[in-house]
Amino acid sequence: MSLHILMFCLFSAIIIVFSVMSVLSRRILRAAVYLLFVLIATSGLYFILDYHFLAGVQLTIYAGGIVVLIIFSILLTSHISYKFEKPNKWVFLAALFIAISGSAITIWSILNFEFKAATNPTIPSDVRTIGLQLVESGTNGYALPFEVISLLLLAAMIGSIIIAKKEEKI
Amino acid sequence: MFFIGVFGFIVRRNLITILMAIELILNSVNLNFVTFNRYLYPDKLEGHFFSIIVIAIAAAETSVAIALIINIYRHFASIEANKAKQLKY
Repeated sequence: MSLHILMFCLFSAIIIVFSVMSVLSRRILRAAVYLLFVLIATSGLYFILDYHFLAGVQLTIYAGGIVVLIIFSILLTSHISYKFEKPNKWVFLAALFIAISGSAITIWSILNFEFKAATNPTIPSDVRTIGLQLVESGTNGYALPFEVISLLLLAAMIGSIIIAKKEEKI
Repeated sequence: MFFIGVFGFIVRRNLITILMAIELILNSVNLNFVTFNRYLYPDKLEGHFFSIIVIAIAAAETSVAIALIINIYRHFASIEANKAKQLKY
């Protein structure tokens, strides 16, 4: 159990440090690499929570797909040694104020809320259970969101291909 | 982490870094869903499905956004958000 807590502390420290660095870094490629570290640590947290399928999905789609896409587009659109200028000071201060006050409110409400520890038996979250619930249409069934998300994904793919393709001369 | 993402969204002027800040926000929301599902309602899998769906939406959104960014780069030769003003007028 203490190993669990140790790993949790390690992963959350990685997440916090690298997300701050990813937002504050002035070089865009480094920011992308820090984002990659954050996503990998998040999937580590899912592994701690025993959600292996979700951790695998996170690792493949986020860390494998999205970060590679982002790095590709960075390499296509800007130079590696490109540094952007410092942000406007007042914008920076306002954003810092919003972030700090919002997180203070959130942490305060979390600390004040009494969470009831669950006594229900744990449902196994292996691939079989997930797949059965995903296509079932009764209670505990998620057939409708599944269909909607597949349609949305198809529409997004077609739309992005059409947007990114070169305009032909009319 | 959510508020770090919000902070980055406000501060950054560059389109790709704004996209990365959005990824941070979605990721933190996912983490919250999954954790509450695991510790408060372990007999259900609702947070699980919700975060799977959020991941799928994030993938779709990223692909569309990157297509848009590359198109904008072709037009303006820049990916700074404040230089792409042509649509405003």
